[in-house]
Parts: sequence; structure tokens; C-alpha cells
Amino acid sequence: MADTLQRTPRTRLGRAFDSDIWHSFIRSPLVILSAVISIAIFAAAIFAPWIAPHNPFDLASIDLMDSSLPPMWLEDGDPRFLLGTDDQGRDILSTIIYGARISLLVSVAAVVFSMVLGITLGLISGYVGGRTDAIIMRVADVQLAFPAILIAMLIDGVVRGLLPRDMHGDVAIYVLVFAIGISGWVQYARTVRGSTLVEKNKEYVQAARVIGIGPVTILWRHVLPNVTGPVLVIATIHLAIAIITEATLSFLGVGVPPTTPSMGTLIQVGQDYLFSGEWWITIFPGIALAVLVLAINLFGDWLRDALNPKLR
Amino acid sequence: MIGFIFKRLLQSVIVMLTVALIAFALFRYVGDPINNMVGQDTTQEERAALKERLGLDDPFLVQFGRFAKNAAQGEFGISYQHRRPVSDLIAERAPATLELSLLSALLAIAVGIPMGVYTAIRRDGWLSRAFMSLSLIGISLPTFLIGILLILLFGVILRWLPTFGRGEVVQLGWWSTGLLTASGLKALIMPAITLALFQMTLIMRLVRAEMLEVLRTDFVKFGRARGLPDRYIHFKTALKNTMVPVITIIGLQLGAIIAFAIITETVFQWPGMGLMFIQAVREVDIPIMAAYLVMIALIFVVINLVVDILYYVVDPRLRVDRAATGH
Repeated sequence: MADTLQRTPRTRLGRAFDSDIWHSFIRSPLVILSAVISIAIFAAAIFAPWIAPHNPFDLASIDLMDSSLPPMWLEDGDPRFLLGTDDQGRDILSTIIYGARISLLVSVAAVVFSMVLGITLGLISGYVGGRTDAIIMRVADVQLAFPAILIAMLIDGVVRGLLPRDMHGDVAIYVLVFAIGISGWVQYARTVRGSTLVEKNKEYVQAARVIGIGPVTILWRHVLPNVTGPVLVIATIHLAIAIITEATLSFLGVGVPPTTPSMGTLIQVGQDYLFSGEWWITIFPGIALAVLVLAINLFGDWLRDALNPKLR
Repeated sequence: MIGFIFKRLLQSVIVMLTVALIAFALFRYVGDPINNMVGQDTTQEERAALKERLGLDDPFLVQFGRFAKNAAQGEFGISYQHRRPVSDLIAERAPATLELSLLSALLAIAVGIPMGVYTAIRRDGWLSRAFMSLSLIGISLPTFLIGILLILLFGVILRWLPTFGRGEVVQLGWWSTGLLTASGLKALIMPAITLALFQMTLIMRLVRAEMLEVLRTDFVKFGRARGLPDRYIHFKTALKNTMVPVITIIGLQLGAIIAFAIITETVFQWPGMGLMFIQAVREVDIPIMAAYLVMIALIFVVINLVVDILYYVVDPRLRVDRAATGH
């Protein structure tokens, strides 16, 4: 590693700051803003116990006297609770931060799961070819014909049926990761398969094969690096979709259990209070969700264009 | 042509059989069907008799064959939760979902296509930019959130529109329609907009992208060189050539609308099939899940098949390519 650093005129970091992508990034304020927002929400979610003003799960700190307070800038608002409180006296801002934690945990895990599954199947499909390829791609075609959210719902329902009733709550998060993950692998597999088909016939890959390098090493060292760009773009956009899917399933009552705070369950629980005028219980988590997804989408759109050599 | 259709038809049948197999495995192996059908105080003999009568001791293939035959006739057994035939429940609730879905599809097409054409022609106009920004927000807002925002604005604050249910319905034979009463129409407005919005943004972005592509082609340039009026070039030449991919996507989106109706129906407590399905998932009511799975698969397979055949009929290049490469 030190060797390569000495030979290149600048450090790796220096090269990164001089790349086309960095220049394109630094020139678009909207993209910078969306990157900052995404990172801020991620950071808040990761460091929730230190950042959140209250701990909504510490029963000792919750006081029913504080229940259903509006945001602090409205009449009756309390400066201790920036965005108000819910019916049990929990601080809305804190529940959003803790909710984002679960939502992002589930979505990121689902995206990683999809990515690993899709890349593996794509590499196998492209490299092995023949009947294996035909079967994998046929399954992909069929799955692509159905909306991902419907597939996730069905998987969720099936797993619920297979497990005993009292286990639902404990495993709900894993089931959700599995369901969202399974429903999204096709995009990765198709892209990776396409690149594998192109790369495997190139001379350097054939040379590697001639000198006796095994298929796993070839795929890992020579084929995979060629697809990191497109896979990264798919992963970014998939993350936005996974967040929406998690929120939707939880909202519908088939995702994380209603007692666990996630973006979806917070909005769902708050919906009941819409009619009694306590709009902030559902609207603030909703805004947080929309802002997060919008920021990731904007970033993903830019990344797609920036990594596309045709548009330069 | 015949060979192509036959091949696609065969594929569709295989897909449907696979889906039926999954649905059957669901019904047979997820939970114990007997336990779900009888009460706690049923004796062992009665259980055995029911098992015998339903043929649950027969070989797997015989059972699957029976399931597939019944499914083909629309029979999926008795719902565990409602204790009524699933086919009756679906017939009761199908009109609500279909009215909502079709109206949303019409709305999405009627608004999405003109918006797409406009943003492609006036690329740098402020209205185009506004549409494009709105469409990005439309894609980022989850369907259920759009529904909640509409409920808050028009239902709670302004109190113009009902926030749940279908309003008054009129029975036309077995079809119950909400389109003939004022309250039914009022109840339809918000769910239809909620369901249409996402598809609308998709259609708009697609039409825009396709139009921009076509407007760059030589035959459009040639048309301009000939002095054809802009209106003619935009609508007769360009729009017509964008229609093939647009029709494909709209066809596929029709299926997606029915799937997304699950969300809209939950938000607005719309008494359709989607709401029934999500309740079935929550309560592990397998016969309803199996029936819904098969039905949705059938809708998707039929739409896909029709779109593929239409493609083949509409676009002559496809035929030539296939003939040339010998596929």
C-alpha cells in the first residue's frame, strides 16, 4: 500500500478530490444539501441515545402530564418538546430519531442482503451461462413483472403463517429484512450479469484463466470491480425504495410490530389522532420520512448521471 | 407469429402453475387447515371425517390437481376469518377495487401524458421545472403519506370530503357502484388521487424522456426542414412514435395500481379486495391470501401477455429482427 502511494504523484485522497465526480459534486448545491441531510439523518439514527433530547422508552422519564402537547412554537407548547408529544407524553422528535434508527437499520440490511444475493446470482448467471443462466434469468423476469412491495408483503405473510403466533414480534425485523431483500435482488443480478458477459470474453480474463486462476478469484478480482459504479447507483435508489417499503409495510401493520417505533408505525399510530386535531403526532414523522427519501433520491439521481460517461 | 404467441402462452401457463403451486403449498402446509376450520371442541373423529372429506390424505399430486381445478373455477375454499367462501368475499369486494383502480388509471393517463409532452417541448420553461420538481416529490412521498396529507387538508381542516369508506352505493345486479350517488363520488375523489399520483409522475417522466429522444431523431429534423408546423411535429410525428413504450409501461402499471390499491384502501378504509388482503395477511387467513395471490398473478400474466403480443403487432422491426437472427 505504501509503495503505491509513493509512486503516484498525489495521495489517494488527493486524487479523489481531483476527480470528475468530486467536481460535479461540488458544483451542485442541491446535491450537497441532500448529501448533508442524508448523512445528518444517518448520524442522528446511529447516535440516537446521545442525540435524542429524551429517551422515549425510559418509562421513568415519561410523564403522562406531558401528553399530547403541541409543537413548542404553538400555544400550549412546551420548550422541552420541540415537536410536541404524543398521547403517552413521549417527545415526538426523540421518537422520530429512534424510529429512523429502526427504519434505516432494516432498509440498509435489506439493501445489503439484496446486493449480495443479486451480485452473486448475477456473477454465476453470467459466468456459468447455459441452463443455470436461463433458470436464474427466468425467475428474475417473472419476479420483475410483480411490484416489489407486493412480493415483500406476500413473503411477510407466508413467514408469519409458518411461524408460531407468539414468535411474530421477536422475529418481525428479520422477516422484514428478508422480505424487502428478496424483493429487490433482480436489478443487481441483471446489471452484474450483463457486465460479466462482457468481461468474461476479454483477453485479460482469458489470460487469467490460462494461467490457472480459479473462477472465484477471477470473478472477485477482475469482473466485480467493473460493476461497482452501476451497483452503487442501484443501491442508492434501492435504499430509498427500501425505506418506503419498510415504512409502508409497517404502516399496514405487517412490518415491525406496532410497539417498535419505525417511521411507518409512528405514522400509523399517529393517524388515529389526526381527527382529534393532534396532527403533529403523524405529520412530523411523515415529513422526516419524505425528506430522507427525497434527499437519497436526489443524491442517487446525481450519482447516476455523474457515473454515466455518456452524459459527460 | 403463431409460434411466438404459442411460446409466450406456454410461459404464462408455467408461471400460473408455479403460482398455483405456491398458493397450494401455502394452503396445505402453512398451519393446519383442519385446526383453522373447526372449533376447539371438535372431536378427533369429526376432525378425521373432515380431513377425509377434504381429501387431505390423498397423494400430493392429486391434492394439487384438485386445488388447481377448483382455483381455475374460482373456488378457493372457506375463509378462516370470515367463515364464508372466498369467492363470495372477492365478488363482493371486487367492484370497489376495480372502480377505484380504473378511475386512478384514467386520471394518471389523462394528466400524466399532457404533462410529459409539455415538459419535453418547453424543456426550460418555469412550469416544466415546477412539474419536474413536483414529480420528484411525488416519487419520494410514499402513497400512504399522500393519503394522510390529503385527509388532513380536505378531511380534517377544510371538511370538504369524507375521510373513509365508499359513501352510498347502488346495486346493479351483483355489481355495487359508488359512481351513481353524490356521496359515492365524493368518497372516491381522495382515494383516486392518492392512488393516481405515483403512476402519474411515472407516466409523465416516461413520456418526457421518450419525447426528448424522438425529438432528436432525423425524421423530426426533416419534418421541421420541410416547414411542418410545430403542433403537427409535436403531436402527429413525435407523440405517435413515443406511444409504443408508453403503452407498454401503462399496461404494466395497471397491475401495479391494483397492487398499490392495498395501501390506498387501508388509508381510506375503502372496502375493497386490498383491504381484505392486508387483513388476511395480519390474521394469517391463508385461503384469502392464496386466492389473492393467484388472482393478482393472473392479472399480471394476462397484462404481460397482451402487452407482448401488442408490441409484436405494433412494431414491425421486432418481427424482422427475429426472422433475421433465426429466433
